[in-house]
Amino acid sequence: MEAALSSLPYLMDGLLVTLQVTLLVVVFATIIGVILGVGISYGPLWLRIIVRIFSDFIRGIPVLVLIFFVYYGLPAIGINMETFTAAVVALSIFKISHVIENTRGAIQSVHHGQMEAGKAIGLKFHERLIYIIFPIALRRFLPPWINSVADTAKGSALVSLIGVVDLMLAMQKVIGRTYEAMPVYIVGLIIYFIINFSLSLSSRKLEAKYAFIKE
Amino acid sequence: MSHPLIQVKNLYKSFGDTEVLKGVSIDINRGEVVSIIGPSGSGKTTLLRCINVLTKYDKGSIKIDNVEIGYTSDDGKNRKERSENQLSEFRSELGMVFQLFYLFPHLTALENVMLGLRKVRKLSKVKATDQAKYWLQRVGLTEKINSLPSEMSGGQQQRVGIARAVAMDPKVLLLDEITSALDPELVGEVLEVVQKLVEDGMTMIIVTHEMSFAKDVSNRIVFMDEGKIEIDGTPSEIFDSKNERLNTFLARIKK
Repeated sequence: MEAALSSLPYLMDGLLVTLQVTLLVVVFATIIGVILGVGISYGPLWLRIIVRIFSDFIRGIPVLVLIFFVYYGLPAIGINMETFTAAVVALSIFKISHVIENTRGAIQSVHHGQMEAGKAIGLKFHERLIYIIFPIALRRFLPPWINSVADTAKGSALVSLIGVVDLMLAMQKVIGRTYEAMPVYIVGLIIYFIINFSLSLSSRKLEAKYAFIKE
Repeated sequence: MSHPLIQVKNLYKSFGDTEVLKGVSIDINRGEVVSIIGPSGSGKTTLLRCINVLTKYDKGSIKIDNVEIGYTSDDGKNRKERSENQLSEFRSELGMVFQLFYLFPHLTALENVMLGLRKVRKLSKVKATDQAKYWLQRVGLTEKINSLPSEMSGGQQQRVGIARAVAMDPKVLLLDEITSALDPELVGEVLEVVQKLVEDGMTMIIVTHEMSFAKDVSNRIVFMDEGKIEIDGTPSEIFDSKNERLNTFLARIKK
């Protein structure tokens, strides 16, 4: 037990990496996913087809395969990445596909009449998106998006398999050194739980904040 | 000023295989109030939506202040559709009120009216607030300026819809069956607001099923049937008409 506690700082370093991976993935996936989600909702046919194929394809493969492909596969065509970068790239690609669907669904939930009302007062397309569609769609966007963030935090444990020393791999290493599997896993479980529990608390707050928007 | 404000010439519009407008021509002069009546599916709403370029027309011409609105020239095979930004500019000069209000649900009454003033007219916050308040007061909603649409009755929402359109100071106000979705006891308060705008001299095209209202406020009434204008005349010409289709229609809606 003491050995497990004394290795806490090492676990915290791992936690930091887990949080970094999660944060970077969420930021990239949200920005690119929302842009592509708008593209699949309003873009020209060719763009909608490309995004649709990308999204269906990526969502159809296990994320672990994607991680291995980016780290072990891409060097074959000359794209070499460090483990951390490869982890962030692979998880981002995976999450982008979810944010695309999430965005598309949220946009679709906005009554087309709101868009027309925006047109009728002379708002340009981007102004209609910013001032009308996005704020209304946000209510539908947030709950699955926060799930997605929580999934990213949990799913990031997979990056330990290509050697990123995140919380998961840090735990494994401490266990390898101390043979104290149970206490270390309990600490790890608690940390993962705290991350996701605070996310779900903030999601409830956000949902309550935007619940006033009715149609 | 010799030309009519709105000139619609030989307008055609199809949705897939269904031809909804089959050669509609009508002129609207400044200050005129024209009501369009007719059975559902006769093309009234489509005509209104074409005038606001919410729907693109296939053939024919719509000019506002002598400028073709949907395309770069009046007719011919080589004309091009106008860009979204050009359409936005045209639309900002035309006010539209919808059957189902379509207020922005995340904005208060005041913010609903202000949005166009701020972002399209580029007014300062102070000026936009003043104007929005003025129009909400004109439609009798001073008490409700900070309410969200979900906190208002249908009649109140529709009055916000009218305020949002007229606050932009449009050349013409297009009203698309604005009382059809309202409970009967709320129709009066909305029509009263329209009546006031008529007295202001606002040019209007009103698609409506409220015959007595159309009779009272209109300079002209247009009866549409099967994608064509059957009769275009003064209220008394319309209601004294011997036209069989018109009378069948009028008899049916009286029931």
